[in-house]
Amino acid sequence: MKPVITTERLTKRFGDFVAASELTFEVDQGEIFGFLGANGAGKTTAMRMLCGLLAPSSGKATIAGFDIYEQTKEIKTKIGYMSQKFSLYDDITVSENIRFYAGIYGMSTKQIKAKTHELLEELQLESEAKTLVRELPLGWKQKLAFSVSIAHGPDIVFLDEPTGGVDPVTRRQFWDLIYSAADKGVTVFVTTHYMDEAEYCNRVSIMVDGVIAALDSPNNLKQQFAATNMEDVFYELARNAKRKGD
Amino acid sequence: MIELNHIKKTYSKGLVTALKDISFSVNHGELFGLIGPDGAGKTTLFRILTTLLLADDGTATVNGLDVVNDYKQIRNCVGYMPGKFSLYQDLTVEENLHFFATIFGTTIKENYTLVKEIYQQIEPFKDRMAGKLSGGMKQKLGLCCALIHKPDVLFLDEPTTGVDVVSRREFWEMLRKLKKQGITILVSTPYMDEANLCDRIALIQKGEILSIDTLAKIIESFPKDLYAIKSANIFKLLQDVRSYPGVGSCFAFGDALHVTFNNSSDKDVIKYLHSKDHTDVSMKLITPSIEDCFIHLLSPSI
Repeated sequence: MKPVITTERLTKRFGDFVAASELTFEVDQGEIFGFLGANGAGKTTAMRMLCGLLAPSSGKATIAGFDIYEQTKEIKTKIGYMSQKFSLYDDITVSENIRFYAGIYGMSTKQIKAKTHELLEELQLESEAKTLVRELPLGWKQKLAFSVSIAHGPDIVFLDEPTGGVDPVTRRQFWDLIYSAADKGVTVFVTTHYMDEAEYCNRVSIMVDGVIAALDSPNNLKQQFAATNMEDVFYELARNAKRKGD
Repeated sequence: MIELNHIKKTYSKGLVTALKDISFSVNHGELFGLIGPDGAGKTTLFRILTTLLLADDGTATVNGLDVVNDYKQIRNCVGYMPGKFSLYQDLTVEENLHFFATIFGTTIKENYTLVKEIYQQIEPFKDRMAGKLSGGMKQKLGLCCALIHKPDVLFLDEPTTGVDVVSRREFWEMLRKLKKQGITILVSTPYMDEANLCDRIALIQKGEILSIDTLAKIIESFPKDLYAIKSANIFKLLQDVRSYPGVGSCFAFGDALHVTFNNSSDKDVIKYLHSKDHTDVSMKLITPSIEDCFIHLLSPSI
């Protein structure tokens, strides 16, 4: 397995405030990597740097082989992004959304046509191709948003709390999609507040006060902290966070 | 303390049904949880009970007062914390609290004991604009503002959504203390695991209540034996268990699969999994969680 994300002492300061401090880690191709942390721990800052949206203050990182300072444009073509808050356009149809995003990523009309067909079939949404996205149930929207975020064949997909507010069955169907993408070699970088979902990851990092306080497989973390589940691991690490108030 | 009788609500001229036919009641001093995913109708229910929205049909009372006729009195005796942060972003923490105390004709001083323990946690930031607070802090300020007029009933719409595990535990600890002071609390959440902190819960989906009872009773009513199955490769395990003929339902739960069988128990599944090259296979009978019950109620056929 070759790493597709490598960071070395990656740091972001805002004035005197160190939002993310000396992050050093690697994520392998096809890995499902859980990126957890307390509110205010620096997750969003770190994610924005990795996506090439925010210039680091110091440290090094490469994403899909591209440098995080010099090659942010190339990085953006190699990654997909989906969050609970921003995913699809509500006021255009399902197939228009697919066409729009695939078009932005430079896919040809022919490719887009084939991809649209493939996606709709995979999600069993063929009958909804001309439905406005706003009319879809939230769960379907999220599944569609995920599929759209990997339609252009990125090396890495960043998922920022993708399953917030979704019912438990749909949440699990969503994870089926994540597993199948990872199985095809897409690296999945995911944040979540559902600690049972942390268990589905190959490895998990937990950020506290701007630093990575722990990074290992869920099993090893549970052993290390003598905990029965990931929620207790998280609680143990984050309960004394200084920054939770900020 | 809260009573709903056949409440119905639709949007878009009847095309979208938000609440189908909701009836239930919440007792005085109860901590009652409304649990369901987005789009279940939780917020609509809150808005009807806090007199911000009229139901199409049915009646409801809060503290013995009718939500339509006595709306003014209701507004004085309830506290409401909407799901969307609704304080003044451009006022400071202290100014917000002062504002809400004043519009309810009281002062911070008069009811300080009620909010003291919560407010002290945000007091170091009292001169900060509310809009600049972190999620956990906003939530604490929201709770203070909803409490400052000493309401009889507290309505909290998804107060812990998007908040980390540590802040969520702290928040529920605060609710437990408020309950001890006799305040009736109706709280909604999409996190199933928070059910065990409520006296009673209603599971709600698509405008309908699937079940309403104490957590223990809901769990007791789970109709089948439930097993946790583990192996070294959970993704392959999921696919293989699902393809096994005798399996009723199979869902991933953390590091294990939760499985029911059509014929109560089926030990041959272990052999089957070994034949599929699984290692470290284990299977044990477990007590269902609230999430198992919810999944079962969503799809009772499996």
